[in-house]
Amino acid sequence: MSVLAAATYSGADLIKFGQTISAGFGYGLAAIGPGIGIGYLVGQSVQAMARQPEAAGMVRTTMFLGIAFTEALALIGFVVFILLKFA
Amino acid sequence: MHVLALDFPPISHLVEWKAFGLGINKVVLGFFFALIATTVLFMLGGQKKALVPAGAQNLAEASVDFIREGIVMQTIGPDGMTFVPLLLALFFFIFFNNILEVIPGWQMPGNARMAMPAFLALLVWVVFNVVGVAKQGLGHYLKNSLFPPGVPKALYLLVTPIELVSTFIVRPFSLAVRLFANMLAGHILLVTFAVLASALWTKSLLAIIVPLPAVMLVLLTGFEVLVALLQAYIFTILAAVYIGGAMHPEH
Repeated sequence: MSVLAAATYSGADLIKFGQTISAGFGYGLAAIGPGIGIGYLVGQSVQAMARQPEAAGMVRTTMFLGIAFTEALALIGFVVFILLKFA
Repeated sequence: MHVLALDFPPISHLVEWKAFGLGINKVVLGFFFALIATTVLFMLGGQKKALVPAGAQNLAEASVDFIREGIVMQTIGPDGMTFVPLLLALFFFIFFNNILEVIPGWQMPGNARMAMPAFLALLVWVVFNVVGVAKQGLGHYLKNSLFPPGVPKALYLLVTPIELVSTFIVRPFSLAVRLFANMLAGHILLVTFAVLASALWTKSLLAIIVPLPAVMLVLLTGFEVLVALLQAYIFTILAAVYIGGAMHPEH
């Protein structure tokens, strides 16, 4: 009973709590997909370059493009983290 | 004067700098630096046209060649040569803005504030739309970008809204956010390890783990140089891809 009574939080505290927790979880979740995606993408690109070294330039350009598009998702997650944590 | 990075700001004020007159603050000074550095590099490079380039001329010629062969030829094709000056200026302006992140005493990338990436992305958006309308005419440009050929008629119900959002809204947004978030994340990363190394510099036993964050800081500084270069490259190549897409519609 006394424990429950001590644990009374105001609404602002709860909002702050929810924001902090969801900011951390949000960024962590947003990093999973792009992490797998970029790993797969670069791995396949390295394989392509190793199999056909004369196409390396083209593969590299396309690889960077793919990385940029994939990475954008993780970065949007990071921006959401910043917004939740500091805004 | 709030310019030199000599003390650690509180974590929520990492990218906020007090303005001193005319609304100019440290970030704006960084923009001026990037502008002047880009201009001076290519003015020096173009001054004497030696047959065997050396010094600034060598760097300028190598970078023009890189933009031409590595970016424009790969994405737009031979008729995109008119965009070499634009892409070259974009690349070096972004790069000099980014590299301020690791200059000792300055350590504030201009692109870690949303203003400059948003402006540059808007610039690219205007350029590729104007190019598309000028090359194909308004009707054809809209038709080609909203109704991609080779799609079954019924699917246009689904495809057209997606294309509309992704081409005209998400493109500039993601272009700006990519550059901004990368630079902000790098900045926060460096500050975190610097603060950690500084906070552990005490007389207690904790001081024995100071080398860990300090070494990490050095390694990450090298990594951030790579990121600064890579982000400038990615922004430029995506701008080129968008311009190329507007110039050459898929058939």
